[in-house]
Amino acid sequence: MRLNLTVNGKLYETDEVWEGESLLHTLRERLGLPGSKNACEQGECGSCTVYLDDVPVCSCMVAAGQAEGCSVRTVEGLADGERLDTVQQSFLDAGAVQCGFCTPGLLVQAHDLIERNPEPTDAEIRESLAGNLCRCTGYEKIMDAVRLAAQRKAVS
Amino acid sequence: MDFIRAASLDDALAIKAQRPDITPIAGGTDLMVGINFDHTRPSGLLDLTSVPELAEWSESSGVIRLGAGVPYARIISELGEHLPGLAMAARTVASPQIRNRGTVGGNLATASPSGDAHPALLACGAEVELASVRGTRRMPVAEFFTSVKRNAAEPDELVTAVHLARATGPQQFAKVGTRNAMVISVCAFSVALHPERAEVGTGFGSAAPTPRRAADAEEFLSGELTSRGMWDDPRPLPDTVITRFGELVAAAAAPIDDVRGTASYRRHALGVLARRTAGWTWDEYLTGRQTCA
Amino acid sequence: MSAHVNAPSRTSQDLSESITGGVGESPSRPDGNLKVRGDYAYSSDLGAEDMLWGATLRSPHPYARITGIDVGPALAHPGVYAVLTHEDVPGDNRYGLKIVDQPVLAEDVVRFRGEPVALVAADDPETARRALELIAVDYQVLEPVTDPKRAAHDPALPKLHPDSGCENNLVRYQPIVRGRQDVRADVVVSGTYTLGMQDQAFLGPESGLAIPAEDGGVEVFLATQDLHSDRKQTARALGLPPDKVRMTMSGVGGAFGGREDLSIQAHVCMLAMHTGKPVKMVYNREESFYGHVHRHPAEMYFEHGATRDGELVYVKARMYFDGGAYASKTPVVVGNATTLGTGPYEVPNVDIAGWGVYTNNPPCGAMRGLGAVQPAFAYEAQMDKLARALDMDPVELRQRNAVEQGSVLHTGQQLDYPAPVGELLERARKLPMPPERDPAAEPDIRDLPGGAANTTHGEDIARGVGYAAIIKNVSYAEGADDYSTARASLQAVGGEAVAMVHTAAAEVGQGLVTVQQQIARTELGVERVNIHPNDTSVGEAGSSSASRQTYITGGAVKAACEAVRETLFERAAAKLGHTPPDLAVVDGKLVSDSHGVLADVVEILGDEVIECTREYHHRPTYPLDPETGQSELVHVQHAFSVHRAVVDVDTQLGLVKVVALDCVQDVGKAVNPDAIVGQIQGGATQGMGLAVMEEIQVSDGLIRNPSFTDYLIPTILDTPPMKVDILERGDPHAPYGVRGVGEPPTISAGPAVLAAIRAATGLDLTHAPAGPDHITGTAG
Ligand SMILES: Cc1cc2nc3c(=O)[nH]c(=O)nc-3n(C[C@H](O)[C@H](O)[C@H](O)COP(=O)(O)OP(=O)(O)OC[C@H]3O[C@@H](n4cnc5c(N)ncnc54)[C@H](O)[C@@H]3O)c2cc1C
Ligand code: FES
Ligand code: FES
Repeated sequence: MRLNLTVNGKLYETDEVWEGESLLHTLRERLGLPGSKNACEQGECGSCTVYLDDVPVCSCMVAAGQAEGCSVRTVEGLADGERLDTVQQSFLDAGAVQCGFCTPGLLVQAHDLIERNPEPTDAEIRESLAGNLCRCTGYEKIMDAVRLAAQRKAVS
Repeated sequence: MDFIRAASLDDALAIKAQRPDITPIAGGTDLMVGINFDHTRPSGLLDLTSVPELAEWSESSGVIRLGAGVPYARIISELGEHLPGLAMAARTVASPQIRNRGTVGGNLATASPSGDAHPALLACGAEVELASVRGTRRMPVAEFFTSVKRNAAEPDELVTAVHLARATGPQQFAKVGTRNAMVISVCAFSVALHPERAEVGTGFGSAAPTPRRAADAEEFLSGELTSRGMWDDPRPLPDTVITRFGELVAAAAAPIDDVRGTASYRRHALGVLARRTAGWTWDEYLTGRQTCA
Repeated sequence: MSAHVNAPSRTSQDLSESITGGVGESPSRPDGNLKVRGDYAYSSDLGAEDMLWGATLRSPHPYARITGIDVGPALAHPGVYAVLTHEDVPGDNRYGLKIVDQPVLAEDVVRFRGEPVALVAADDPETARRALELIAVDYQVLEPVTDPKRAAHDPALPKLHPDSGCENNLVRYQPIVRGRQDVRADVVVSGTYTLGMQDQAFLGPESGLAIPAEDGGVEVFLATQDLHSDRKQTARALGLPPDKVRMTMSGVGGAFGGREDLSIQAHVCMLAMHTGKPVKMVYNREESFYGHVHRHPAEMYFEHGATRDGELVYVKARMYFDGGAYASKTPVVVGNATTLGTGPYEVPNVDIAGWGVYTNNPPCGAMRGLGAVQPAFAYEAQMDKLARALDMDPVELRQRNAVEQGSVLHTGQQLDYPAPVGELLERARKLPMPPERDPAAEPDIRDLPGGAANTTHGEDIARGVGYAAIIKNVSYAEGADDYSTARASLQAVGGEAVAMVHTAAAEVGQGLVTVQQQIARTELGVERVNIHPNDTSVGEAGSSSASRQTYITGGAVKAACEAVRETLFERAAAKLGHTPPDLAVVDGKLVSDSHGVLADVVEILGDEVIECTREYHHRPTYPLDPETGQSELVHVQHAFSVHRAVVDVDTQLGLVKVVALDCVQDVGKAVNPDAIVGQIQGGATQGMGLAVMEEIQVSDGLIRNPSFTDYLIPTILDTPPMKVDILERGDPHAPYGVRGVGEPPTISAGPAVLAAIRAATGLDLTHAPAGPDHITGTAG
């Protein structure tokens, strides 16, 4: 089937989308946007998290056709050209990235958290990132990164 | 496989009438797992996220009509006070990303014994609204679950809403999982006090082929409260009453051993949850405090 | 080849980006920018024009004879380009890390549920899946061998590898005996401990892209822990000389041992070579559970004898490790478990034996803490039990028996480097405790067992504290020639000296790229260091495992850089006439204390490139005597860590909230302190997972929970704040004094958590993970 959607501000029209395929598959394999990751494809890990019409979702759980006419923002759309988003920079600075497979999804989810809740408590950070598995870091530096990003966004 | 986006409820019902085999998709958080892992290949998908009527809720004379397509995240943020039990249950579903998509309609249609909305809906005495081109009907949620992952909807019907009274007393929901977040329940329990009718509602999940009420426990507790005159003159609940309530809930269960837990653990844990949540609701009733999700 | 490859861009440290930091500092990762942008190319992100998708048909039975395979209907399916079986394996249909016992595609028998039987290449993944369904395989189902103890001892069971020459289904038996065998002790404690099968659960699924090359060879882009090992095994299967199989590392989404064995490698190459087209394979999460080895489950009997004042007199242990259908790392698991089985303690009299066996259970192999994780659960439980029996403080008991430099282990090896176990314990004990729960305060349910699921508001919560001290070997052991190769170069680019380091050592997330840059900066005194992509055009590096790469590949990079520096100094001497003996390179300049700045490195280099390749071998180790387990030096180095866990347990529901998980570890030299903290916290979380929730449940040879829905790993809500205290007691034998870091915390965290749960509940808890049913006595 044919699909029209906007991703990171750019309009895409793509043909031959299989009706059963996930938005994640479409992004990665048809639109050349493999930044969102495919760690489980069962909604459990959050590595595929994208904004769908400004709401973070697991793109592996969205049928591609459901995104028709929607606006999607992926990890590739967080930075402003050369300038990293504060959340991205904070993940780098806090050492929250090891293998980095969880990172794209975490960045989108943390970005949304700070947009909605500029001063999250630790418990709030943990609850809101509970759907993003990371197997490398033990999450401590991810906590640091989110706290740092919130602080930085508050002063900027 | 084909993919159809329903433009309106009428449109969706017409398609479903024509093609009863077509599979509706709402949040996709149950269905897509099956498709991604090749466990299911529907003949077609009918997208309900484009149906505005399903994504609304409204209240009239103390009854909330909750559209089948309202995602959990909105139940938590918009209905925490009206439907505290359901909102608490919603908060325990999966992760924020899944709660942004997943719906009560999908939970009901899947009719899994582990669906977290179900105990809360049972405890509140909710009704499921089913619609087809033939018309609309309502049935008590307890009758909706027919067997493991089976429900009472006809092939041409969609779940369009649930109806449930705005809370008139305290409600609680608690769920045991083997992880502190993001976990399918090993067992779950919900209790609601309905002081206006002097009744107690319950529901439990993952401890029988379908979600169930613990009717004997409900009767016992409401009977105790009534006979002791405690609805009007609330005093601390005697331990013996709470203990007996827990035993009756556990006795209502018919659990099995599976990868998530043993039958005996489930029965045991359900009793613990029943005792604790009954204590909390009664405590709230006593003090007038309310818990929100 | 016209194919356009989204080649992995792991090298492209942006040249305009200034990253400083030598050994001992914590510069940020050169690949971090790409990773946070989503631009880092993992092995599942690759694509090529005209590419096909590969898929694998796997055995549904744990043990069966194959009596026929019909690929006709699958091959006739539109969009299918190839359907391959064992008959199509061009080379030798056998592979394996050391013991070559595993078919690339099953021949007449399948030995585990999930064993690859046939392959498909098709236009798209969905077509490939439909084609798999059309392959008809006739199986004659056999009774699986599933009990590891019987597999070791019962000659009546079928031999799963009749050609292996091993007794029964035994892969390795190793005893270690030392001291007197007839001693008695004042106090004796014993127990049988079992450990479930753990999964590495790396997030990046097995995947890769193979592109047939014009010379009859193949280019492979993949994620692995050891390129050369993969190449050797793949080339053998393809019947090609190794240089025709050119492997390049793509981004690796975690590894933890799960990428030491082959998964897609030989398969994707076979499909590419057969079809003449690029082929991509990506496992989904379910297939991943069948597609890689797991941690060996174990059953371990331990007996500890001590004097009344707490001195260990003897340890006796019997350990069984289920290796599943193929050998993989089973021999090493037995070697590590037996040589490390007494823990970091001095024991005069030892009688330990380990058995590793073949069964029809899922194959087990490498996972972080290989062979050391299992006994640690047992010996640390025993130490606590002994402390209780002696009415002694558990930390004090451990300190009393802790090894130190000069101690002789039960293999006869003397520790000729620091072994500050007593100090680690002392420091762990002194770390600040998390605040006590205030029963009067309204709790945030997220801080309680059960988390947001609202199971307790503070009822029935008991707190417990537990300690664990562990020992782990670093690098390959028992006589293996363990080495790595590095190529380093120096040249002037745009008026600045730029170094390049090239190794085959796998960056799997641990930060080896950063460490290589740091070493080059320190040795060459230049700021800009590029890391060449890992590939097979440079010599072997060995695996990113056994906590060895900073030591071994770090050693090779250091040696190569030193050689480059020597050459630079020679050139300088030639150019400048003479140079002082205390010549050094600092900030791109040749300097000496006596003469100040002598020249710019750039001037000395001119247009020339200095390039040197060096191997680094660690000092030789020696095998264990097969009967006594004695060895002069079985391990090149040991590493030690201590964890202290604090837990809250809902004693009625058996739910656990780990409140704190603090670690003290000796790292020899902290090459990159921040990265080390990250390794320790990540490793500890995996250990904690094994203690409380992670288990691949296997019954009758079948995995019952091959998904992230039911194989649970800790979320951020399960994971506590983790303090890390790093000690640097340099190992004089190792480059910069480093000591392997990656594995010890995984080993010590789990036993500490279990100890804390035992302390909170008073239960014995002999199985890891300890689930709610164990804690409430309803395991059934
Ligand atoms: C990672 C993960 C974790 C999860 N954790 C939980 C959890 O903790 N608790 C829990 O209860 N569930 C959990 N689930 C399951 C799922 O999220 C819920 O069941 C959810 O409510 C499903 O809603 P949905 O809108 O996404 O359903 P969909 O996937 O869109 O649909 C599910 C089924 O319902 C049918 N359907 C949907 N809407 C209608 C309708 N209006 N009328 C008729 N049929 C309809 C569909 O055809 C399909 O068969 C989890 C899922 C994932 C992926
Ligand atoms: S890939 Fe979507 S949640 Fe894991
Ligand atoms: S950094 Fe590897 S999974 Fe998070």
